Amino acid sequence: MKKKAIFTVMVILMLFVTAMVFMASCSDSSKKASQSEQLVNWWHIGTAANDRVMNENFANEFMKANPNVKIEITVLENEAFKTKLTTVMQSGNPPDVFQTWGGGVLAQYAEAGLVKDITKYVKGTEWGNSMAPGVWEVYSSGGKVYAAPNDAGCITFWYNKDLLAKVGYTEFPSDWDDFIAMVKKLKTAGIIPIALGGGDKWPAMHMWSYIALRIGGPQLFQDTFSGKNTLGFEHPDFIKAGEMLAELTALKPFQDGFLGATYNDEAALVGNGEAAMELMGQWAPNVQKDNSSSKEGIGEKLAAAPFPSVKGGKGTVTEVIGGGGGFAIGSNASEAAVDFVKFLTNKENQITIAKTNGSLVTTKGAEVGISDPNAKMVKALVDKCTFFQLYLDQFLTPAAGGTVNDSVQTILAGTATPAQACAAIQAAFSNN
Amino acid sequence: MAKRHVYKGLAGRANFWTIAVLLGPALILFTTFVIIPVFQAAAFSLYKWNGLGPMKNFLGLANYQQFFSDLIVQKALSHNLIIAVISLAVELPLAMALALIVSNSKFKGAVFFRTFFFLPYMLSEVITGVLWQFIYHPQYGLITTLHGIFSPDSPVPTLLGDPSTVLWAILVVIIWKYFGLHMTIYIAGLQAIPQEQIEAATIDGASKTRIFLSVILPGMRTAVQLSVFFSVLGSIQLFDIIWAMGKGGPVNASETIVSYMYRVGLSRFNIGYGSTIAVCIFVICLIFSIIYQRLLVKEAE
Repeated sequence: MKKKAIFTVMVILMLFVTAMVFMASCSDSSKKASQSEQLVNWWHIGTAANDRVMNENFANEFMKANPNVKIEITVLENEAFKTKLTTVMQSGNPPDVFQTWGGGVLAQYAEAGLVKDITKYVKGTEWGNSMAPGVWEVYSSGGKVYAAPNDAGCITFWYNKDLLAKVGYTEFPSDWDDFIAMVKKLKTAGIIPIALGGGDKWPAMHMWSYIALRIGGPQLFQDTFSGKNTLGFEHPDFIKAGEMLAELTALKPFQDGFLGATYNDEAALVGNGEAAMELMGQWAPNVQKDNSSSKEGIGEKLAAAPFPSVKGGKGTVTEVIGGGGGFAIGSNASEAAVDFVKFLTNKENQITIAKTNGSLVTTKGAEVGISDPNAKMVKALVDKCTFFQLYLDQFLTPAAGGTVNDSVQTILAGTATPAQACAAIQAAFSNN
Repeated sequence: MAKRHVYKGLAGRANFWTIAVLLGPALILFTTFVIIPVFQAAAFSLYKWNGLGPMKNFLGLANYQQFFSDLIVQKALSHNLIIAVISLAVELPLAMALALIVSNSKFKGAVFFRTFFFLPYMLSEVITGVLWQFIYHPQYGLITTLHGIFSPDSPVPTLLGDPSTVLWAILVVIIWKYFGLHMTIYIAGLQAIPQEQIEAATIDGASKTRIFLSVILPGMRTAVQLSVFFSVLGSIQLFDIIWAMGKGGPVNASETIVSYMYRVGLSRFNIGYGSTIAVCIFVICLIFSIIYQRLLVKEAE
């Protein structure tokens, strides 16, 4: 009995001591962080080598100028980033500075108080005036600004000039019927007409939403979101867009196994010169390079062209679907995080960003960093566009946006008719 | 008598504290990270909630109604069932056969092969998924290369990109990954069988099949029960490999119930319905465990 008692006491003591040490070490570290330095966690998705180095340089430079600030970088691949961000958001612990695409997702974070309202830093300030009001709009909801823009572009076709020339096209078709004819010729010539990351779903979603925009014009989108179009996504124009996508799919224009392919697979096919084109945003050339076996992409052979118009449709080629990226600031972030975002979006650094990865930077005067003719063309398209629609899956709430992506995939796989797919989208849209 | 003595001792006061101290930490951790979340999920499942901010929209049992009429849930559960059946019908017999071979003392390379067959199990699920994605890749993969050599004229196999083949392609990976674990369980089970029994049966003139059916298999009852249990529960909870190899797609063709829960709850910010699915998975696992335990107890009696 005595032995047991001694044992018991020892165990209790051990636990007690362990707990004490543990608690002491915890409080110690938190004290250190709050007193001597401000920590800024920065999550970005620039996984390409040049992006990683550039962002590390930015962080180092900022820390050098502000010795009391420590910036910790987390680099995440696009899909992994979205997943991980959702998890930390639901636990109420946003990173201090992180990638955002604005729209419905950012608005939901804002509603839950997870991102900093930066309106006071922007409205009427030097920083706010350094960019056009329209680009701040993507990151605003309810009249308040929740993130700073960094990049604004649009989705275009990125094509291989040499491969198109092989089937007799020196210019990209501006009309859908002509486009279909070209796809058929490419297919006959044994070239993969279009690379598509159908497994990731969103690349295909852009195709459907662009066709819908060309058929219904801006009015269709505006009326759908305002509720004036009572049919919502079951409007005949959206269904017609699905049917046209199904017709395109029936030509087998995509690479083998596209339904299981990722966006990186898509970029690799264009970057290796195996597929003639992809429908993608302004980051396409950079990602193509990074995923190509030579790490060089197709260089000079690459060109960009606006999405073709559809005969009889209300839309024109000057209406674009696009977006870009920005920096959101977590609600718990210190002032240093705001300063760091200001630093990232200053003219000098925006020029560096544009030169490094071809981002279509938004700070006035930084466009001198954009040297690539394709990037300039996309930038011009955005600057002169008559209507700008943020990517549907980002514009809508995550539940509705996710359903759009899923439903477009069912059209491609032929498991649902376009009417059924649109009904599914409308159900999710009206429910969320 | 000895048994009673032990119980009496444990009831003593000093021993109460010993037990409390020894069990306490584990109990606290288990309660915090398992028991409480189960009840939390049950509470979430009654709301329409995006996981951000306070819960406002009380739905009652509407999420459960949706669960039972959700076609994707039915599809996903049928995939879980297929995976469980294939695991039991293919993976376990394969593991048994290999276990018998590599535990044969006359077999020279036994130790090497034991380690070799166990290797896939030591890889993480995500690495396994990425590895097999390379193998299955329709443009640059090993399968495509082999296909190009042996039958260049037929269409390229797009195993992960075709809704009709994706589940089977992933099943191959699952079997490849987990048979080593079951083989190891069986090897342990085989070692517990007294050699004398097998020798006695051999002397009595029993055939090899007879020995297997009447001596080895009954002797391995516990090992088989354990591996069946792991295999079925593993099939219900399967997620990592599915997610790594195609996120349950294309068009839900490789969706399992857990991957669907993850998609709905975390990707779609629909924590309410996601929790409903989680609660239902919990109930399914619980029912299976209880029935299985009952059956085993009955059998033992």
